Amino acid sequence: MSDIDGKEKIEPPPSTLSRRDLIKGVIVGGVAVSSASYLFRASTLVGQSARGTGERLLTINVNGQLRRVDVMKQETLAWTLRHKLGLTGTKLGCDRAECGSCTVLIDDVPHYACSVLTHTVRDRKVLTIEGLASPDGTLHPVQQGVIDEQGFQCAFCMPGFIMASVAFLKTNPNPTRTELAHGLSGNLCRCQDYDKILTAMMRGAENMRRASRA
Amino acid sequence: MAVIRDVMPAFELFQPTSIADAQKLLQQQGHDAWVLAGGMDSFDWLKDRIKKPKVVVDLSGITELKGVRTAADGIEMGAMTTLTEIIQHPIIREKYKLLAESAELVASPQIRNQGTIGGNVSQDARCWYYRAGWPCYRAGGNICYADTPEGRNREHAILYADRCVAVNPSDTAPALIALDAKFVIRTSKGERVVDAEDYFIGPDIDITRLHILKPGDLLTAIRIPSTWAGAQFHFEKVRDRNVWDFPLLNVASVMMVSSGRIERIRIAVNGAAARPLRLKVVEDAVRGKPPNAATGEMAGKLAVQGAVPLQFNAYKIPLMRNLVKRAIGGVQEATWTS
Ligand code: FES
Ligand code: FES
Repeated sequence: MSDIDGKEKIEPPPSTLSRRDLIKGVIVGGVAVSSASYLFRASTLVGQSARGTGERLLTINVNGQLRRVDVMKQETLAWTLRHKLGLTGTKLGCDRAECGSCTVLIDDVPHYACSVLTHTVRDRKVLTIEGLASPDGTLHPVQQGVIDEQGFQCAFCMPGFIMASVAFLKTNPNPTRTELAHGLSGNLCRCQDYDKILTAMMRGAENMRRASRA
Repeated sequence: MAVIRDVMPAFELFQPTSIADAQKLLQQQGHDAWVLAGGMDSFDWLKDRIKKPKVVVDLSGITELKGVRTAADGIEMGAMTTLTEIIQHPIIREKYKLLAESAELVASPQIRNQGTIGGNVSQDARCWYYRAGWPCYRAGGNICYADTPEGRNREHAILYADRCVAVNPSDTAPALIALDAKFVIRTSKGERVVDAEDYFIGPDIDITRLHILKPGDLLTAIRIPSTWAGAQFHFEKVRDRNVWDFPLLNVASVMMVSSGRIERIRIAVNGAAARPLRLKVVEDAVRGKPPNAATGEMAGKLAVQGAVPLQFNAYKIPLMRNLVKRAIGGVQEATWTS
């Protein structure tokens, strides 16, 4: 849908939607028909945003890389990550600060990326799920915990939960189950898999402690 | 109304780095400008296209609005201090824990990481007719959709309703009123300091706003005097879900007890009216009495005098009575009565 030099290439809505597109549409727009209007609407916004004056070309620090990107004044971080930088690991559930699926870390603190203007993170460090594994592919201990415990069902909520856990465990490396649940209370799971998620995150905490001892 | 999940309509964004610059901008732009603090209230309005400001002034780059400082008497919190910073601040935890307790019960961890104290006390009403863009009194129209025989008004006011029946949704506001906080406001005429309780207004004064800020004004700081440092605190919030939800009702009280008698007390509730209510009648009635169940019982009855329920919120009257009773008589001794 866009490339990183910041120019949006808006494709016309496809006449036949692939299954994956359809699933995307259902999740993003609520009903299948709206996935088409969603694309149409995006195309009108390009003209509209051109009204803005001032600096639009930003350099933001995402997962340790400096990324140059053209950002509308009214654009949220979740939108920039997903649609401009191709980092689709950050999910958009509600887009209203009510579900946690878009959770990313800004300067190590969890935020809802759907409710942050990208223009406000210029001098800050953004960490998304894509930035957790080491360059050699070794998973972050919390990600490993999910695999060890098979913690999620559909896993749409997973990136948000993992990011919230990673931040919480940095300051509370040895939480009780209740403390961790409280720390993760800003994330919802539509599959209602909370018990297993918590087990996986507790395992992640254990993995993290082990890794820091090693 | 269908929820729109798309980029917000375009606005011009200004990111001043000083209070003076922010003020200049706001005065230039007048009614067209929207002040953005943490954004947790703002983005709903903008995303739903209910409010369509041409200009947004983002305060997040103004360092002088951030952080907790010790003042001559007590502390001063910049309006852009996040709720998480307030919850974690050692002096607040030690001396003014009531505020930390109230902030800890706001919304969710991520929202507390971004939501500010200034934003929490200045947020708008949550009545869903109003939030959904219905042309009600509060939106400048001349009807209240919640106060009709079929209106859904379980969350609405039981006291001081005047055409509009929306309530103030802040958790920190009653705690700040109980602690006798002062709000520092920058207007075009200079700085103005008001008592916490005078920051909030009901529909009788202005039906379209919950606070006294006029376009161009900025809340810059909140001061807590040392008067109540280390007093006996009580904060309780009742809501449907333990995360995210606004209070159905909450209560905050500070009390000094000596030789078994209440010597000094301040108590406030929110979620009952369009402004957080300081219960002066209760304070006067319980002074000199022992803080026990009997005093609590009497206080609870006094607190709800004059309350008028709507179709679906009659439960708020016994709820408020019991919250006040527990605040004064203690949670252990006091049993819930219907
Ligand atoms: S998408 Fe951001 S909280 Fe739901
Ligand atoms: S596993 Fe499906 S939403 Fe959480």
